[in-house]
Amino acid sequence: MVGMSLACSLASMPLTKHLNVAIIDSNPALVNGIRINKQDPPDPRVSTITPATTSMFRDIGAWQYLQPYRHAYFDQMQVWDYTGLGYTRYHARDVDKDSLGCVVENKVLQSSLLLCIQNADFQKRIFPSRLVSMSLNPGLKSKQMDGISSEISRADLAKLHLSDGTCLYAKLVVGADGSKSQVRELAGFKTTGWNYSQNAVICTVEHASENQCAWQRFLPAGPIALLPMGDNFSNIVWTMNPKEALDRKSMTEIDFVKTVNHALDHGFGPHPTSSLLGKGNIFSWFGAGVPTSGNGGFEIPPKVVKLASERMVFPLSLRHANDYVSKHVALIGDAAHTVHPLAGQGVNLGFGDAFALSRVIGEAIAVGMDIGEASLLKKYEAERKPANIAMMAILDGFQKAYSVDFGPLNILRAAGFHAANYISPLKRSIISYASGEQRLPLFT
Amino acid sequence: MASKLLHRVRAVSARLKYSRTLSPTLAAFASSRLLSDVAPSASTSPAPQSSGSSDKFEHNAKSSSVRSSLKDPELAKFSAIADTWKDPSSARPFEGMKIVDVGCGGGILSEPLARMGASVTGVDAVDKNIKIARIHADLDPVTSTIEYCCTTAEKLVEEQRKFDAVISLEVIEHVADPAEFCQSLSALTIPEGALVISTINRSMRAYATAIVAAEYLLHWLPKGTHQWLSFLTPEELVLILQRSSICVKEMAGFVYNPLTGRWSLSDDVSVNFIAFGTKNSQ
Repeated sequence: MVGMSLACSLASMPLTKHLNVAIIDSNPALVNGIRINKQDPPDPRVSTITPATTSMFRDIGAWQYLQPYRHAYFDQMQVWDYTGLGYTRYHARDVDKDSLGCVVENKVLQSSLLLCIQNADFQKRIFPSRLVSMSLNPGLKSKQMDGISSEISRADLAKLHLSDGTCLYAKLVVGADGSKSQVRELAGFKTTGWNYSQNAVICTVEHASENQCAWQRFLPAGPIALLPMGDNFSNIVWTMNPKEALDRKSMTEIDFVKTVNHALDHGFGPHPTSSLLGKGNIFSWFGAGVPTSGNGGFEIPPKVVKLASERMVFPLSLRHANDYVSKHVALIGDAAHTVHPLAGQGVNLGFGDAFALSRVIGEAIAVGMDIGEASLLKKYEAERKPANIAMMAILDGFQKAYSVDFGPLNILRAAGFHAANYISPLKRSIISYASGEQRLPLFT
Repeated sequence: MASKLLHRVRAVSARLKYSRTLSPTLAAFASSRLLSDVAPSASTSPAPQSSGSSDKFEHNAKSSSVRSSLKDPELAKFSAIADTWKDPSSARPFEGMKIVDVGCGGGILSEPLARMGASVTGVDAVDKNIKIARIHADLDPVTSTIEYCCTTAEKLVEEQRKFDAVISLEVIEHVADPAEFCQSLSALTIPEGALVISTINRSMRAYATAIVAAEYLLHWLPKGTHQWLSFLTPEELVLILQRSSICVKEMAGFVYNPLTGRWSLSDDVSVNFIAFGTKNSQ
């Protein structure tokens, strides 16, 4: 998805429209097209798109292809934990916006990007195979007689070998091939990171009526998130330790629905009350005069009626490439960074990378620079790396803060909930940052 | 007048910030200014107004009075590609223009100009530079069209070569006779064509930065690259150019921000500066 969004972005800018783009992806859907029926049951794989990403999609002309299909904007979000000591309720009107984000099935995103690129007046070729090897520094060959001059004119390009035997030359190779990126391996980029001892169980469920709020409850083993998808459906992302994940995947549907309702409702701890020890009143003093949704009470999430898709399990890890770029190569999306799904930020960081890279390429072409040059690509890295690392650090911090059940720490977390709920400048800052409007937390 | 013009230049530079290579800053500068002045001026206005607006360019292109030195096919050629010149989002805004890069070195400016569509001739008095420039340019089919010659501006004048734009960056502080050098550059420029020269100001600040800091402290340049007495002040450069029938339209300075490591255009001409002029029409 992220790679395709880069291609669409390049196609939409007049400075970069003339570039030749080769898309290498062994997914047959790219060649055959992705057929989606509106009556299809919802896929379990969804992404939460921030408003910033939505406007970027609109800029490149891809959003129009998405609108006919199922997607859901949500304007409210509630976050709480099992201790029942605090909760936070966010509303889009706290930042004068219409929505906090939009939940879209991945296949809808892929299809709309594919349609966008197919309908663009853009020279692209899709190669349905895999990258096998890549050579980035062919080296300067000594000048020889005319017959060999064609070899020399390719000496400054990257050479790629594909699994079907094709050989490609390119000025710039963009690795958008996911967390196990082959491009990253072949280019020799080192990564830092660790595996979380958690897996995520993903599925889609159905309610009796429409859900319009995003819910997240931190449980002792990991958070469970309930995201509205439209048409009475919601997506569940439930993080837990691997053994429980296997259990939950293999238990019957009815049992699974019971455990989900248990986890969202009374399981593991009490509900937070709207005002605890008068704390709410103290904090509302800070936000005096400014309308917030802090006074909206705690609500219980809607009951899940039945399971609407298969259950999938994914291992979770944190991984970050030490460098995003070198001569002729750039990494974007999960190839550069993998994060915990607890805030729905992963793919949004990836889209941010794609649009930043395409802008940097456009600026280079405006002044005649070679797009494969390392100094240019470093500009992209300098723009995205701090933002990505900041987000990753915050998410990792949350993950660690919530994985410990320790009295004083629980109270600290609860204080955090209250602060985020009642101190409106902080709340606005959090919402802005999570919506992608602010690049770095706190200092913008 | 200078600050008004420079405000416009800064509007361009605010969009584009670059690393230490000079060519991109020049190209940004050139692309905003060269286009409006290198019009096949069919009008008889003696010196194009200093307002430098894009409307002026349109006026020039559409004006109907034709002078005897211009041929219809030339006009037709330029007006056909005129649309690309006005379009800031065109990837090849210099299509159809002949540009000479005097003192091209390794081709650091010539290559981006060629990628932007110009027919570039790069000349340098040092043969080794030309060889390196050729090897590097041959790596990319777009830049392999650059014509590199190991020669001097004077020899090109003898060959009666003419160019739409003559660019000579960081050269004039190294020549023996700047006035004669400017005469040669001017002779290479067609009437109403563009001439761009950049050099270092003969000021105390330039001594401290370009010589002491750059050569002795930071080692960005080999010791002895520059002689302070060979630097020219902006006023001297303007005078010399005026005597060579070049009217200087705009001037700007380059400043380096050590925190970001980026160069940008500015009003400050006290160290590095760049001047843009047009050849008087005869």
